[in-house]
Amino acid sequence: MSLLSVRGLRAGYGLVEVLFGIDLEVDEGELVVVLGSNGAGKTTTLRAVSGMIEAQGEILFDGQRMNGKRPDQFLAAGIAHVPQGRGTITDLTVEENLRIGAWTRKDGEVAADIDRWYETFPRLGERREQLAGSMSGGEQQMLAIARAFMSRPRLLLLDEPSLGLAPLVTAEVVDRLRSVTAETGAAVLLVEQNADLALGFAGRAYVLEAGTIALSGAAADLKGDEQVRRAYLGF
Amino acid sequence: MNNFLQVLVVGIGDGAVYAMLGLGLVVIYRSTGLLNFAQGELAMFSTFITWTIWEVGVPLPLAVLGGMVGGFLVGALLHQVAVRPLGDPHLRPLATVIVTIGLFLAVNGAAQLIWGTLDKDFPKLFGEGQITLGGVAIAWQKIGAVLVLALMVLGFWFLFQRTKIGLAMRAVASNSESSALVGVPVPRLLMLGWGLAAAVGTVAGVFTAPGLGLGSNLMQLTLIFGFAAITLGGFDSPLGAVVGGMVVGIMTSVLPQYLPIFSKMRLAPAFLLILLVLLFRPQGLFGRKQVERV
Ligand SMILES: Nc1ncnc2c1ncn2[C@@H]1O[C@H](COP(=O)(O)OP(=O)(O)O)[C@@H](O)[C@H]1O
Ligand SMILES: [Mg+2]
Repeated sequence: MSLLSVRGLRAGYGLVEVLFGIDLEVDEGELVVVLGSNGAGKTTTLRAVSGMIEAQGEILFDGQRMNGKRPDQFLAAGIAHVPQGRGTITDLTVEENLRIGAWTRKDGEVAADIDRWYETFPRLGERREQLAGSMSGGEQQMLAIARAFMSRPRLLLLDEPSLGLAPLVTAEVVDRLRSVTAETGAAVLLVEQNADLALGFAGRAYVLEAGTIALSGAAADLKGDEQVRRAYLGF
Repeated sequence: MNNFLQVLVVGIGDGAVYAMLGLGLVVIYRSTGLLNFAQGELAMFSTFITWTIWEVGVPLPLAVLGGMVGGFLVGALLHQVAVRPLGDPHLRPLATVIVTIGLFLAVNGAAQLIWGTLDKDFPKLFGEGQITLGGVAIAWQKIGAVLVLALMVLGFWFLFQRTKIGLAMRAVASNSESSALVGVPVPRLLMLGWGLAAAVGTVAGVFTAPGLGLGSNLMQLTLIFGFAAITLGGFDSPLGAVVGGMVVGIMTSVLPQYLPIFSKMRLAPAFLLILLVLLFRPQGLFGRKQVERV
């Protein structure tokens, strides 16, 4: 059984419909990417899957029906969401961002976890007392990811981490993300416009076009297929 | 010289009260990024609650605690019924500010309905006594106000810097959407902020009432001075509220002694100060400049 199973997902804003029945699956520990151009509905998909907006259709997580639950219940179930634009809390320090990431936890291992993320992301460790808003885009993206992992998620939703980052910085972020997922065993549902980058990271991919899934398959197959590349991926 | 010291002492005592009200404003600003125009009226209302408890024979310090609890409940309740239904105040700032102005009128009307329109005598928390230092008389009430203010600042510092709830309140103020994403119950924290601000306001009211008499207009001047205080100190800075409160208190007490025009226009220095700060240093003395989001 899949960790996340989405069936016939429909969502929008007021009268504007954005998603017209999306099916997607993410297995335990799997790295999955949803590709799509600007306005395709990637962000809306993630918002539905973290409970930030209402959605029709079915969202099953670990066999449990999530429709109609609050965002904090999605989080408690094990879904963490790094929003587009990173969503670091700019007026808090690096360390405070990590502490607030552990808001839902009641165990006594929060401090130990923070130290562990400082080891994984040494640049955060060097800047623990610095205000998040004063850090570079790449550092903030790493902070956002580390903060999301503070809730010990089983599924990380990650919205366009490459946005506004230089290619080298993006590569470093993705690199770190790969080692973090290997270490924690968390699954990732990544949405991206940058197909080249994302297909190198994920094992499986969906292509979202105007609110419907146009295509899906193994990342390697999509990457290798001339026709697919030209029609959907633009590289 | 003695005369100057005397008005200075009076100014510091008044300033402590402006700072208390300013602290309540800062609490709301720090959780919503907005000014609460109903802050003074909430303080007035909970001062009436204090008075009612005291009237039935409870010692004043206990009555003040009761008034703070009452103020907390009223503040939290008003948030739930009048502010929360608007949705996230960060997304609807104008609507929220207008609701606080509506609450200003509503709370004022409610106080007149419940307690009538005649001013009540209100006792001094620290009594009528005074000490004389180098020829300058200092009322215990003024010393008490400064001490209570110091306690409140310590309390807030502890809350915001040392507790998980305080951290969450700061997180909500900075970025409510991200805070919700990590599971912080945003509306509940905003409710807590309203309750706390009202509870703090109670103390400001308790120190204002003996001089002015307790009526439904008790805090309206003080609110303007409180606004001036946090404009000078910085809307988001508890320390700024204190320093700003002191400066405003001293200014309004000392200036009329030397420039008679201000004795007829007590509010003028405060407005002048607000104007100058907004023109030349909009973030105030201790306020944080808006950090750009990358
Ligand atoms: N808050 C919103 N209110 C109304 N329409 C929105 C909102 N957010 C996004 N949309 C619209 O929904 C569509 C999909 O947006 P989005 O999911 O952000 O796409 P993507 O993330 O793939 O760029 C776009 O047409 C966009 O204009
Ligand atoms: Mg998007």
